[in-house]
Amino acid sequence: MEEKIYKRPAGLQDNINGYCPGCFHPGIGKLIMSVMEEFDLLERSVMVDGIGCVASNMSYIGIDELNTPHGRPCAVASAIKRCSPETIVVTYQGDGDLASIGLAETMMAANRGDNISVFFVNNANYGMTGGQMAPTTLMGMKTSTTPYGRNAQEHGYPMHMCEVLNTLTAPSYLARVTLIDVPHIKKAREAVKQAIQHQLDGKGFSMVEFVSNCPTNWGLTPQESIQFIKDKMLPEFPLGEFRNR
Amino acid sequence: MARIEINPKLCKGCLYCADVCPKKVIGVTDAVNAKGFQYAVPLHPENCVGCAMCAIMCPDAAIEVYK
Amino acid sequence: MERVVMKGCEAIAEAAIRAGCRFFAGYPITPQNEVPEYFSRKMPKVGGVYLQGESETASAAMLYGAGCTGIRAMTSSSSCGISLMSEAIAWMAGANLPVVICNVMRGGPGIGSIQPSQQDYFQATKASGNGGFRMLVLAPSTLQEAVDMVYSAFDLAMKYKNPVLVLADGFTGAMMEPVVLPPAKSEEFLAAERKENEAWACTGRKGAAQRHHLGCGVVPGMATRMPLEEKNKLDFAKYESWKTTEVDYEDYQTEDAELIITAYGVAGRISRSAVDLLRADGYKVGLIRPRKIHPFPEIAFEKLDYSKLRGILSCEMSIPPQYYYDVDAVVRRRTPIATCLRSGGEIISRNAIIEEAKKLYGAK
Repeated sequence: MEEKIYKRPAGLQDNINGYCPGCFHPGIGKLIMSVMEEFDLLERSVMVDGIGCVASNMSYIGIDELNTPHGRPCAVASAIKRCSPETIVVTYQGDGDLASIGLAETMMAANRGDNISVFFVNNANYGMTGGQMAPTTLMGMKTSTTPYGRNAQEHGYPMHMCEVLNTLTAPSYLARVTLIDVPHIKKAREAVKQAIQHQLDGKGFSMVEFVSNCPTNWGLTPQESIQFIKDKMLPEFPLGEFRNR
Repeated sequence: MARIEINPKLCKGCLYCADVCPKKVIGVTDAVNAKGFQYAVPLHPENCVGCAMCAIMCPDAAIEVYK
Repeated sequence: MERVVMKGCEAIAEAAIRAGCRFFAGYPITPQNEVPEYFSRKMPKVGGVYLQGESETASAAMLYGAGCTGIRAMTSSSSCGISLMSEAIAWMAGANLPVVICNVMRGGPGIGSIQPSQQDYFQATKASGNGGFRMLVLAPSTLQEAVDMVYSAFDLAMKYKNPVLVLADGFTGAMMEPVVLPPAKSEEFLAAERKENEAWACTGRKGAAQRHHLGCGVVPGMATRMPLEEKNKLDFAKYESWKTTEVDYEDYQTEDAELIITAYGVAGRISRSAVDLLRADGYKVGLIRPRKIHPFPEIAFEKLDYSKLRGILSCEMSIPPQYYYDVDAVVRRRTPIATCLRSGGEIISRNAIIEEAKKLYGAK
């Protein structure tokens, strides 16, 4: 008897998503939805999207979903969770959203220990607007607003959000993962499970940072973008669990 | 007997699936989908062992695996 | 009915709680600090949520989140703080969320002064954010009106699925006055309303046929966006409907008046007592005082008999004037319009209004 051993998660819409070929974004959405399906949470969850490529989720994610002002998902999610504690509230944010324009919202939600799960996609640039410098852009990396490469004198250094949040007392789960191959994807899925479990257990703020890619704005093929993550991104953004209480 | 189904409507032709397949089951033809992507197809379905690595890698959740 | 003496900001907060407000987020700014302080004391006692945002920007975003759950929710701030909130206010209007915002106006522009003013008229009625949305704007002139307006603002927000702005000022917020407090909405009523709002709220699908998506360009309850132009046309029709359903103004002694004084909010209150004194002095003076400044009560000015009118005196605590231009637009030069203005935190004086009115009136 033939059995389906790997299926498209039920939490996704049926249509093709708006992300570029090879982009990890939809793969991350797939992981989150598959975990929610495993935990039977599809009917009681809300995804709070930031602005940028992440807003493409509106034609991809199949659960209740909010678009929010740029950088504000953590503030919005904190309010939803407090008004509707039985709802599982997750945010989905890019690096410009979470670490630049929304840094205060991110830090303060984490510092309050709001019981939400944050999924942070770090691809070292602003994807939707054409690949400008982000807080996470690597040293020397050329972007459309660092045409001569990021340098410390003008632009400072890449921000490490897991490490930054790890200085706070309240957060309960912080991990950095990537999706470059099957073993890493399995680890990433475990991290998503942990984050959701922490919320289910009422432990407070959890965040999973995905070291992700941007083949289009990096000017690389999907395959080359994976190699770039291995060679350049991972030395700057080490993977691992930073906190698990 | 294992097999995969690649949804041509959802595939964008990144070919992460083809790269990861240990049995070199997947490739492309001249066919393109409605979005203009040269989508992946199981060129050698008879070699599939149902490891599901292609489906795990696929960012667009376009692959389902049967065993 | 309960008659108590309360401070303006606290009365506003108490009225909101009695109206069923169960979420408040805010950030400290003078002269409205007693609003969040009152909520922080009372919300735990009524099972509500009080959240101190990390900024006005975040507080308004929190209001957006709370509004998405179908709960009665509110924020308050003052002038430059409202500017910071304009981001989320535009979003809440675009997403058709039933929320209440209170602006306790202070001097401007920018940091301005912490004293009362009416310098946010354009911001309140024309553009509290980007994209050309509109809100119902309620302008109390007494503490009793502030209480009643805040109380009704939540019903209006729910009725129209639109943010409602209560435009108070530092004068109303700081003064103490006896007020009759309205009865508290019952928990049963609030629970039933919240249940009803599950038809569009984003709190999980809970067996519903389709997911809910909230955001700009979405009609609450829909699964995804509609063409933005179509959505904007729907909202425009709603704003237009207010011109027949929501016009609200006080017409005081206008019947035989040869001079009309017009003002809103605290300037309207001071103008009213100027009218009384002028009448006692034999001047045929009347008052038009909008209770809602959006929609603007054009009808109040359209129905005047301009053949016997000597002029209109428009009073407000704003230099340059703002309210004046809406009056001017509807009067269309049928009679002279003069102004009596203060600004920058200075309170308009009754004597100044009387003096200007007499000048415009001419010989008795």
